[in-house]
Amino acid sequence: MSTLTKSTFVSGLFEALPNTFPSLRQMGKENFYVQGFPSLKDEEYKFTPIAKKLETSLTNFSSANPVIISAEQINKAVPAGFEGVVLAFSNGKYLPELSTSVEGLTVNFLSKNESTPIGSIAKAENDPFIALNQATFTDGLCISIEKKKEITLPILLLQFHQAKEGQVISPRIWIEAGDFAKASFIDYSISLDDAPYFVNKVVEIKGGIHTDLTYHSLQEENNQVIQVNALVTDIQQDSQFTSTQITLSGDLVRNNLTLNLLGSNAVGNMFGIYLLNGKTHVDNHTNVDHTFPHAESNELYKGILADQSRGVFNGKIFVRQAAQKTNAFQQNNNILLSEDAIINTKPQLEIWADDVKCSHGCTVGQLDEEALFYLQARGIDKTTARGLLLYAFAGEVLEKIELESLRTFITTKIQERLGSKF
Amino acid sequence: MSKDNQILEDLNSKEYEHGWSVDFETDEAPIGLNEDIIRWISTKKEEPSWLLDWRLKAFKIWQGMSEPAWANVNYPKMDLQALRYYSAPKQSNKPKNINEVDPELIAIYERLGISLNEQKRLQGIAIDVVLDSVSVATTFKETLGKLGIIFCSFSEAVKEHPDLVQKYLGSVVPMTDNYYAALNAAVFSDGSFCYIPKGVRCPMELSTYFRINAANTGQFERTLIVADDSSYVSYLEGCTAPQRDENQLHAAVVEIYAGAHAEVKYSTVQNWYPGDKEGKGGIYNFVTKRGICAGDHSKISWTQVETGSAVTWKYPSCILKGDHSIGEFYSVAVTNNYQQADTGTKMIHIGKNTKSRIVSKGISAGKSQNSYRGQVQVMKRAHNARNFSQCDSLLMGNQCGAHTFPYIDIANPSAKVEHEATTSKIGEDQIFYCNQRGIATEDAVALIVNGYAKEVLNQLPMEFAVEAQKLLALTLEGSVG
Repeated sequence: MSTLTKSTFVSGLFEALPNTFPSLRQMGKENFYVQGFPSLKDEEYKFTPIAKKLETSLTNFSSANPVIISAEQINKAVPAGFEGVVLAFSNGKYLPELSTSVEGLTVNFLSKNESTPIGSIAKAENDPFIALNQATFTDGLCISIEKKKEITLPILLLQFHQAKEGQVISPRIWIEAGDFAKASFIDYSISLDDAPYFVNKVVEIKGGIHTDLTYHSLQEENNQVIQVNALVTDIQQDSQFTSTQITLSGDLVRNNLTLNLLGSNAVGNMFGIYLLNGKTHVDNHTNVDHTFPHAESNELYKGILADQSRGVFNGKIFVRQAAQKTNAFQQNNNILLSEDAIINTKPQLEIWADDVKCSHGCTVGQLDEEALFYLQARGIDKTTARGLLLYAFAGEVLEKIELESLRTFITTKIQERLGSKF
Repeated sequence: MSKDNQILEDLNSKEYEHGWSVDFETDEAPIGLNEDIIRWISTKKEEPSWLLDWRLKAFKIWQGMSEPAWANVNYPKMDLQALRYYSAPKQSNKPKNINEVDPELIAIYERLGISLNEQKRLQGIAIDVVLDSVSVATTFKETLGKLGIIFCSFSEAVKEHPDLVQKYLGSVVPMTDNYYAALNAAVFSDGSFCYIPKGVRCPMELSTYFRINAANTGQFERTLIVADDSSYVSYLEGCTAPQRDENQLHAAVVEIYAGAHAEVKYSTVQNWYPGDKEGKGGIYNFVTKRGICAGDHSKISWTQVETGSAVTWKYPSCILKGDHSIGEFYSVAVTNNYQQADTGTKMIHIGKNTKSRIVSKGISAGKSQNSYRGQVQVMKRAHNARNFSQCDSLLMGNQCGAHTFPYIDIANPSAKVEHEATTSKIGEDQIFYCNQRGIATEDAVALIVNGYAKEVLNQLPMEFAVEAQKLLALTLEGSVG
């Protein structure tokens, strides 16, 4: 990581830290200062001027306190037809009185469970934002799923964010699933107002063997918010992990997804949609590390960029020498709709094993004029025709979402956007 | 499995056939690098003052730069102060034509299989031969002269065509471009210069042959090809070096300028000494190659077959500035033992309706690392740009690596850009299929690899295609994935 000397502007964040996890916070702070905020010279942040953005748009660099959330707000935010567990959060702080539960699922404040091995999967020494979160998270949640427990109801993590201009929200979540467990999560972030603030979230997922876990992230923050979301997971033998990342808004959004495949027959799936307009800048970095033989990873990210939006995609697949018989597939497709939209994509393969099947593909283009004409010739107006084609483009990712209520919810949101001027 | 090991061992024990060196008197600069050395080189070459100033300016810029570390290669850093920046075979008088060239030099090239005398007689390729630092012979000068084509050594061009050189030198690869390009601009000793006048189609392949002979020298040649409007030229480059335990540096610069409707085809078969099977010695090949399609409807095509060098760091690129211009890049990069290659291309689309095509085939064997690093950039004004990239990797043996780093940066909505890449080994079923039909495993591999690389080899001129196929077969003789 390159160093940016002006990391000092965050110093306000280190004042009045909670007194939980003292040594861990100290380590996070040290690791953060060693790395500093990445500059554009840093290969990983080549197209995402996050340090500059933070420095110029955030004045009051301090932690945001939780705000009061009403039951009504929760009812409004929950997708129609959703049946499942709701875990509510306000600026990263868990709200037990507004949450529900189910058998086999245990939740606990991180501050009440200091033996939680946070930081063991999302390592502070590799990422300045994880380090910063580790040093400054106010409280977080430890979610555990019992061994052999199949939770059929989806678990919705409702993350309400409301902060003063320039404040920082640092949610931290630890999920642990016992062997043979199965669960599906929906992480839904919503802004309650229009202030520019910074969300620096870290989610760590530790699965046992033979688990089946799904984690959907739906981001619907206001267009002033700067976000860095890290999701790091260890996938053990015979397990499957699926991530779906839907980004619809924000000022600058950086999603770091890391999948460590740590056993044979482990499967990692990564799906994503970014639907951008205005000046939204979204950077999706995914990283899959194959260390064991006979594992598989699939990746499909699709982007639609309008106005002056900018999309960055960097998908890395590492296949270590021991990871023979690996199958790894990666695909990134983009549609540019305006003269001022920019896409920087870099599908990257690093392979040290010979008996593998790896491929990646990447396209950038626009809507097929002929298809558009075909629809128009049949009496469909241009806006609708365009919306239809774009929806079909995004549809390939949408149909990967198994949870019906969520799929309908996201589909409606995307259709609303595509059907209008967009 | 034992058969595989046997075959891999055979492959590892393959010797580098151009590994000899010859002792003859040379004219050398003192070891080290400073302004005085640059002045020394410039004086030695009787250069005009503008060129010396240009060199000194480059040297100043270079001093402020640091060696790039982003490439996916690992190697002990080279002490650039311990190198000799000029080494030339001693000749009492400059040869006027090939008959006057030192017979010993001719003998070197005959050992390499390039018979200059034969070239004189047979209709074929015009060659400019560069040994260590200076150009020793250029064939077919007169024939080409009749058409107005200038093909000579760089130092000759500086003396005889200073206007042309001054106009185009550094216009495609500026001295500020990168660390090695700056170093080259400061200390380049010779190279080839080629100018094709308007509307002329060069009747034969032009070729440069590079060889490093002396120990502890770096080779810094510079090639400048200018194809004026509506002209055509096909250019070949070959290279070899003796087998030495120390690493040697080759930091060349190639600049191509293509005017409106001009077409330049540049083919390279790179066979520098790759080091022994323990990874000792070998050439560091840090080369900057770039062409500009300056005029409308121009075309530049790079074809490379990379089999040598310990470390390769090379990205032949095209700047597609003219409207409707076309850039192509075809590459086969083979690495074996401890070789490392980080190679690819850059296609910069600036003009409207520009097209580019990238076909890269990597083959890694032994303990080698082979990376493709390419960029496709479509600028905001480049309407209807089209790119297709394909980069495939073939792995042989389980200790090598194949890596792909494609950068795709698009700022225009009418661009159509496609990139695809696959990595795999030679399928057992493919080999089995061949075996079943009575083709030995070794031949089957050669067959499959040749088929795999065919798309690129087809782009090579006939003379080179034969050499390249032989080289491929030799490097990969009998290896089974």
